[in-house]
Amino acid sequence: MANREDIKFLSNPNIGGADKKYCRFRKFGIKHIDYKDPDFLLQFVNEQGKILPRRITGNSLKYQKKVAVAIKRARHLAMLPYVTDLLK
Amino acid sequence: MLNYEVTFIADPVLSGDEIKKTVQSYSELITGEGCKITHSDALGLKQLAYPINKKNSGIYHTLQFETETGKIVPLMELAFRRDERIMRFLTVKLDKHGVKYNDDKRSGKIGKSKKTVEREAEKKKEQMKETQVPKNADKPIKLPPNMAKPAAKKAEVEAPAVVAETPAVVEAPAVVETPAVAETAAAPAATTTTTETVTIKATGDAVDLTKIEGIGPKAAEALVAAGVVSYTHLKLKSVDDVKAILTAASSSLSHLDPTTWAKQAEYAANGEWDALKKWQDELDGGKDSSTEG
Repeated sequence: MANREDIKFLSNPNIGGADKKYCRFRKFGIKHIDYKDPDFLLQFVNEQGKILPRRITGNSLKYQKKVAVAIKRARHLAMLPYVTDLLK
Repeated sequence: MLNYEVTFIADPVLSGDEIKKTVQSYSELITGEGCKITHSDALGLKQLAYPINKKNSGIYHTLQFETETGKIVPLMELAFRRDERIMRFLTVKLDKHGVKYNDDKRSGKIGKSKKTVEREAEKKKEQMKETQVPKNADKPIKLPPNMAKPAAKKAEVEAPAVVAETPAVVEAPAVVETPAVAETAAAPAATTTTTETVTIKATGDAVDLTKIEGIGPKAAEALVAAGVVSYTHLKLKSVDDVKAILTAASSSLSHLDPTTWAKQAEYAANGEWDALKKWQDELDGGKDSSTEG
């Protein structure tokens, strides 16, 4: 029988762990978020055109704020919709 | 020094000239206040994400300008509000990152995936090769243009006879190559039923010139009439000669651009159909699109 000290976990800890989220702006050194690029901003809204939370996108606070401003500017210029369905 | 960027949506009903006038009037307003316009980008007609003033599309334009003070902004915005041609506008102050981003985007560093950048680099390489090859091909042959012209005149009278004569006009190496080409090309040509291929078939020198991208049935007819009956003939012609033949045949053919034809014909003459097809896929209507940008 295996020694009690050999058994550390009941299940393999390497299985099932999701990749850690990261801030893409920080990682790739993107300093400016363009409001005239709706295709890029589409990554940060859901199907209804709502801004996705940091919890899901993984953005750092600094860049989440910039993303939010850029999306709101794009909406003002009718590059993104304020309300919609089936955006994606 | 402050940097501002103003994007506005103009009424899509306006004509191209009216748009230009509108942009110019605002540019003058901005420069009149002692500001310097660094960039003026027309983003063009775009679909709106939601209707504005019961319109579903608008013409976008962006002006970027430098100013010592921000005094111009309220003046400009007042002008925008009073202007019926402007559906919406947005003024944004740019920080240094924004200015850098805009410069990079204009120079093409941003906004393109790595793949497209690589593809463009490859195209440029190919272009270099292309420009080198025709030069070498043209020099030793030196087909005098006046030799081709009498042939063209005769062709109007009796086309089939000229077709038979022309191989003798062209220099020896070309004649050696033509029968081999005719054999490979005879099979596909036989299946097509256009009148012009039928006449050539009778002379036993049949080649379907329309296989070359950019040459349609009419252009092929004109070329055949001028004595260009095989890919080898076409390969040996310079761009100017081909152009002269086309313009002589019909004014509607004069707009065709035969720059890539010689190269295509070379592939076809050597029977490298796969290579030709691959290259044609990159061409845009027989034109080398990579040359333009």
